[in-house]
This record gives sequence, structure tokens and C-alpha cells, in this order.
Amino acid sequence: MIGIGSALLEVEDLCVDYVTEKGAVRAVDRVSLSVAPGEFLGIVGESGCGKSTLLYAIARLLAPPAEIASGSIRFRGDDMVTMGEEDLRHIRWRNYSVVMQSAMNALNPVMTIGAQLSDAILAHQRMSHRDLRRRSEEVLRLVGIDPVHLKSFPHQLSGGMRQRSMIAMALVFTPELVIMDEPTSALDVVAQRSLMLQIKQLQKKIGFAAIFVTHDMSLVSHFSDRLAVMYAGQVMEIGPTQTVFDRPRHPYSSGLLGSFPSIKGERQALQGIPGSPPDLAHPPSGCRFHPRCPRVMPHCKTIEPPFFEREDVQVRCHLYAGSDGD
Amino acid sequence: MATERAVAPSAVRTEPILEARSLTRHFRIGGPLSRRFLHAVDDVDLVIRPNEIVALVGESGSGKSTVARLLARVYRPTRGEIVYHGRSLATMTARKERLGYAARVPMVFQDPYGSLSPVYRVSHGVMRALKLHRPELTANDREQEAQRILKSVGLQPPHEFLSKYPHQLSGGQRQRIGFAQALACRPELILADEPVSMLDVSVRIGVLNLMADLRRNEGISFLYITHDIASARYVADRLIVMYAGRIAESGPVEDVLANPKHPYTQLLLSAVPDPRAPISLPATSEVAEPPRVIDPGEGCRFRYRCPYAIERCSKETPQMRPLRPAHEAACHVAT
Amino acid sequence: MAVRVVTDAVPAEAPPVSTRGGVLAAVGLALLRSRKATFGLTMLAFFALVGLLAPLIAPYDPHALLFDPILGPSLAHPLGTTSFGQDIFSQLVWSTRQSLLLAIVAGLFATLISVIVGVSAAYLGGLWDHVLNLFTDVFLVIPTLPLMIVVAAYAKSGGVVVLIAVIVITGWSYGARQLRSQALSLRNREFLEAARVRGERSLYIIVFEVMPNMTSLIVAIFLGAALYAVLAAAGLQFIGLGDPNDLSWGTMLYWAQANGALLAGSPIWVLAPGICIALLGAAFALLNYAFDELSNPALRPVRRRKS
Repeated sequence: MIGIGSALLEVEDLCVDYVTEKGAVRAVDRVSLSVAPGEFLGIVGESGCGKSTLLYAIARLLAPPAEIASGSIRFRGDDMVTMGEEDLRHIRWRNYSVVMQSAMNALNPVMTIGAQLSDAILAHQRMSHRDLRRRSEEVLRLVGIDPVHLKSFPHQLSGGMRQRSMIAMALVFTPELVIMDEPTSALDVVAQRSLMLQIKQLQKKIGFAAIFVTHDMSLVSHFSDRLAVMYAGQVMEIGPTQTVFDRPRHPYSSGLLGSFPSIKGERQALQGIPGSPPDLAHPPSGCRFHPRCPRVMPHCKTIEPPFFEREDVQVRCHLYAGSDGD
Repeated sequence: MATERAVAPSAVRTEPILEARSLTRHFRIGGPLSRRFLHAVDDVDLVIRPNEIVALVGESGSGKSTVARLLARVYRPTRGEIVYHGRSLATMTARKERLGYAARVPMVFQDPYGSLSPVYRVSHGVMRALKLHRPELTANDREQEAQRILKSVGLQPPHEFLSKYPHQLSGGQRQRIGFAQALACRPELILADEPVSMLDVSVRIGVLNLMADLRRNEGISFLYITHDIASARYVADRLIVMYAGRIAESGPVEDVLANPKHPYTQLLLSAVPDPRAPISLPATSEVAEPPRVIDPGEGCRFRYRCPYAIERCSKETPQMRPLRPAHEAACHVAT
Repeated sequence: MAVRVVTDAVPAEAPPVSTRGGVLAAVGLALLRSRKATFGLTMLAFFALVGLLAPLIAPYDPHALLFDPILGPSLAHPLGTTSFGQDIFSQLVWSTRQSLLLAIVAGLFATLISVIVGVSAAYLGGLWDHVLNLFTDVFLVIPTLPLMIVVAAYAKSGGVVVLIAVIVITGWSYGARQLRSQALSLRNREFLEAARVRGERSLYIIVFEVMPNMTSLIVAIFLGAALYAVLAAAGLQFIGLGDPNDLSWGTMLYWAQANGALLAGSPIWVLAPGICIALLGAAFALLNYAFDELSNPALRPVRRRKS
């Protein structure tokens, strides 16, 4: 069992490769992070930055041609990389669960919500009919859906409610870790916002830890405890969410934050980030962000920056190489 | 490009380019004998003037893309009419007239990965547009013109981009090609259907800035269709909010944002994620009936989710009424 | 290059694949990589060469009754002779011409009809779709073999032309159905909508926008139709519905059967054309599979790297 203060999940120097005919493409490059019990970790980045691949690797759901090339993933002290399929099945869903991006489309259209919930439960645990029903009602109520919808078919529910029922399924065994891959991205703003609030409330109530991947930095601003910013397969900055938002250190983080127009205050011209994300088959030399970086220095092109620490924030940028520079 | 056209100062009330009058489009659901209709767009009135960016905001299924396709003549309206410079589109049936309209009011699409044919070089769409709409150009002129247009949408060096295949470009670059295709027709008004929603956050602003530049430098108007109210505010002058096929509210952007009158606009604004603002939305506000757009009948379509709904809302469809200068909302309750 | 943004399920972010050069080069490269395609192409090239060079390869006049009947294989007659004293090897070589030509011509016409019917149905939609679909359905459910026999027997004197017509009539509907469903999935792609909004005519869109995106399926359908043509022609000729004086593998079989080749102790007379038909059919089938894999990545064999 895990002692207080120790990490629930610890990822160290994880590398994931896509094996293609022209050689391996590194989609996740030396990523290290840890999640404490009950913690909400947000991972943001643009498409192709490797965030979803990282998530799939952590959940051990990678399918060829993707595979873990090196590094370790320790969950509750167990090594997930070498764990066999049998053991994985034992802890998957019970100890950690996954909510996918288009999970709401993963529901079987010809089965009622209740039947699908029962199926998910029975796949992992034998349960009497009455317990099954009680537990199903319980989890649906938990995510804010009236239990009468156990008899509903997926098409009778709105997108937000379908996504909620998927979250309900992920919570039936009260796992310690819920891994979420953009669960709100297919929803409208209103539904998205209320789903985020629901997830946060559930997390407080049940106490699971969460890893939440999104491309929308502003979405997690109120919800995550810590935030990791990924670019071109690497973590560029990781630290307490509020600190990263108030004072984004990495030029990529601040560029990303500066890309969101606001509905409040003065209308001001924004610049976004010039250029586009790199082709991972041919990553730029040195710092991977240097071709788009407004504060690029000569040695950024040749030397890859290590992590530097500022105020609980780890940042992979040469700007912070000096002992006091900020 | 359109240098011969005087750019009208926005303060002056000018003749509209395009006007929709009670534009309606229903789609039949099920087989050809079905009696059920999806009301995608109902009684939409809108006006777009020269040198103006109008944002049409709504969630998926609100009918905003259908409006764009009605204006682009992809669909025929079930009812109502579209008037282009004082002439109804229904009377413009000759191929020449249709082509003329297609050139002046082109459309830019949402999906940068689907809007370019994977088998052709990216020059294909631009060249075809030049060939169709400016037949007076020689092959050499077309090449020159294509290069000039690509430069104007920020793709440098243009000859290199023209000979690439779509899969060799990033999403943002493809979307610029989409704008280049529209520009090749010498447009007055570009219908932009969610042009940035599928782009990465860091390149969205670039495309929005491109729209603003084209308006400033070439005097082109835009109908900017989006679900993102913050980006609408960033580029647009006027805002039209749609809900379930009807216009809920319309007015100058800043005025609508500062004084949202329709309860739906208020809900929408409260849901916009803003790292600098506190959360003001109850967690369960979405767990309500989705809008009924299949044979909806009389009444306000937002009433199921509306906290202020009164009896009248289920009996009578609210009409747009002015509540502030140039600012209207379709609500019985709003004041 | 950015990675594809997809609203629906992305299993995992696929790394960008950058190919230089055009689509054709990519297709060519993929074909060379596929063992099925290489084998099929080689075999097809072999038969084409044999057909082309028949006068040079065949040692004797295939019709001439020059030799003793039912000779066994020997240096002078590698496959022996028929019961009429014709050289089987020479017959086999000359027959390649008609059999191959028949397959290709019938395959081409059947494909042409399936493209016209299938793609128009999908693209034009509405009433057109209903009518063309009904038409396709009727031909799909007609029992092919009896129809083939009835038509061929009715127009017996027409020779090869009738044979091709019969095969085309009975062979286009399956491809039309496949093309229609692929064109339907293309129909709502935005680049087609972009072409419509640009003001292009329907014919231009069908020919220059829809069809180039279906090339590999069209080729696959052609190969499938050619395979069908090889077998159908052989079958019809075997039961005597072709012109018995033509030189083709099917007619060879017909004569072998009529003269009781197996009983007379000349199995090669039956086997040789039979094997040729099987090989040509296999060539088309293998190429067909290869193109199917091209147009449908889900069918591609997964090559796993051993960990």
C-alpha cells in the first residue's frame, strides 16, 4: 500500500516510439512526472505533441506501431511497463480507469445504459442482480444523471449526458486514478464547462487522482492542481497550475496562453505563435521550440536545455540557466 | 485585389451586400414519405454590409452552418429569400449569374484536412477558381496571380507552396490555402464556416488576424461562423447568437457581451473558460433536455433550459425586438 | 507537418508521414513492396508477353492437323497432341491471346458501367440514386449463370463480341455497388463541397474531383471484373457457348471434353488450359487484393517489430 506523501503514479524518462518503415519516430521523449493520491494533473499541448500517446502509454493501451521504447511507469509501486496482460486486467478499471476523447461514441447504440453499465461491472466482478442495480443507480446519480436513464438508449441522451455516463462507468469501482483524454472536446461550451465542474466535484468527493489531457489550456485552469505543458514529445514546463498561469516561464507556455482571446477587458491584438509544430520524424536540433521561439538565443539551436527549477516549476529552457535569471 | 472598390467607412450606413429575410430550411427525417422535419433554420433575418465582419455564434446543431450553406447556395431555402445587392437569389438562375455570385460570395470550410483534395497539388483549387471566374487571364497571368494571392495569405515563398500536396502542409497552412481559393474569385464577402475550430491553439490567432487584415486591406466582409464567442469578439463587429435554428440575440459585439439580454447568451458567456475569472456556472446546468428541433412547434426553443421561462414562452414564439440601440433579442422576458 | 486533427476517435496520435512526390509514385512504391502485387504483376506480364509473341513461341500452326493423334509429351511436342493431331503447346500459346484480351476488354467495359452507374448514383443522390440503385439491385440478384447461358445460347453466332457483352452485362453490378458506397462516403467531404461552391459543374466534379480519389478502388474493381471475365469466358466456352473455332483456353477445354481427353489418356490436354486459367485468374485476384489493401488501410497486414 502507498504511504502518505508518496506518489501514486511515477513516470520516469518514458520514451514511446512509433515504428514506421522508415525507422522509429519518437512521439514521447524522456517524460518524467508523478501524480500524488488525489491530485489532478493537467497535460496541455497541441495536436501531435505526444500527449495522448503518453496517456495511452501510462494506461498500457498502446497498440502497434506504437510501443514503449524505454523508461519506467510505476503505479502503486508496481512496474507497469513489464506487467503482464493478466495482471493488467486485474488492476485496470479496479485501480485505474480511462475515459477517452470520443467515449460518448463508444456506447453501444442498441443496448440500454443500464445494460452496458452491468456489462462493465460484471466483466471485472461477480455481483448479485440487486447489488448491480444499486451500484448502477449510485454511479449515475453521482455524475448527475437521473437513474431512470438506466433504461434509456444512448441516442436518447445528449452528448454531455453520454459522456457523463462514460465517466460513471469509469467510476464504478472507485479507482485511485482516472485517466482522461480530452473527455470534453466533443461537447459544446456549456456542456463542457458543467462536465468539468462535475468531474472536479466528483474528484473532491471520491478522492481519485486524475490525469487530464487537453489542448485547451484555459479549460483546466480552474481545475488542475499541477500542469504539464508538452511540446514536440517533451514536457517543457511542469508545476503548480496557478503558478504556471500567473507566470508562464517557458516561451511556449506564455505563447500558448497569449493565444486565447478573452471576452473580458480591452480588446487587444494577439500574435499567437508563428510557424507550426515540428514533424516528429525530424525534430529540430537543440531546443525543439527554437524555430518558433520569440526569445531564441544562439545556443538554443545546438544544445538541448535540461530542466531548471524556479518556484516549484520545472522548465526546460536556457533562459533559466543562470542561478538567478528569471 | 479589390482596389477599385472604395472602402466605405464603417460609420456610414451603406447598402447591404447580402440580406436574408426569414430564411428557413427544414430537412425531412427518414424516408421520402416521412412527415417529420428537422427545423435546421427558422426565420433567420440577417444583413451583411460592406467592410464588416459579422460573427454567427452557436453550439453544434444550432443551424449556423446551415445558414452559411444556404447563403452559399449549397442548399435551397425551404422558405424566405436571400437578397444580393437588391436582387433575390431565386431569380438568378442562369449559369453566368450563378457563377458571378459564387465568385463574389465564396466559402471557406471548417476542416483543413477535408477541404483540399488529397490527389491534387494545393494549386489546384486556386487555379480552378481563377480559370472559372477570371477567364480573361492567360495561363501565365494565372500563375502570377496565384503567387500574389498566396503571398497575401502569408504563404511564402508562394511558388514552393503551390507545388506541394495537402499532406505536406500543416493545418494552419491548409486553412490559408482555403482563404487563397476564396480570394482568387475576387470576393466581396467570404462565408467562413468555423475556419479555426480544428486548428491548433497557437495557430488560430494567425488565421483570425488574416481575416482582420483582409478586411482592413482589401475591404472584404466576412460572415464568421463559430462556436467560440471569445474569438468572435476578437475579430467581429457584430454578433449574432443562434439557438436551435433561431436567432436568439444580435447586436454590436461589445454591447452584446457587456449587456447580454437573452438568457441563452448569458449562459453561453458564463461558460466561456477564462483563467482570470471565477466560475459562475452550476455544475448541473447542462443536464437538461437538448433543444428539440424536430417538429418543434410554437414557443421559445430555449424554454426547457431557461431559468426565467414563463407560461407565454411555451405558447408563443418570441420575435426579435430591439432592447438597446442596434441590439435585439428574441425573448419574452428580457428587458 | 502537423498531425491530423480528427474530431472522432484517434487511437493514438499517429506520427506524421511525409512522402515526397505524387500519389502515383506512392502507389507504385506500395505495389512494389507488396508480395502479392509483385507476383500478380509478374504473372500478368508473362501471359501478356506470351500472347504478344505467340507467332514466335508456338512451333506449329495450332489449327493444322499435322501429327498423329494423342501423342505423349516429347521434345517435338512438349505437351503432346490432341486427338485431331494438333500440337497442344502451340494451341495453348495462341489461346493466351484471346483469353487475356477477353478478360481485359470485358473487365474494362464492366468497370466503365459500374463507375458510371455507381458514382452518379452516389453523387447525384435523391431520385437518381433510387432509380440507379434499383437497377443495380436487379442485376445483383439475377442468377448469373442461367442468364449467361440463356443470352449466350440465344445469340450464338456472335462469337467473341457476344461473349464479352454477356460477361459485361452480368458482371458490372457488384462493382457499381462498391463504388457507390465509397462515393457516398466521399460525397460529404468538404473538398467536393468546395468545388460545388466554387461553381464547378456536376460532370467536372464527378470526373475530376470524385474519381481521382477512388482510383485504387476502381483499379481493384477492374481486376475483380477481369478475374470474373476469365472464369466466365472459360466456363461459357467450355459448355460450347463460344465459337468453337476460336482459339482460347475455354475452347481447348471444350474440345478436350468433347473428345474424352481424360479417357483417351491425354490428361495434359485438359490440365494445361485449366492451369493457365487458374494462373491468370490468380494473377488478377492477387493484384485485386493488393489494390484493396491500398484503398483500405484496415486490410493491410500489420508487421510487428519483435520486442
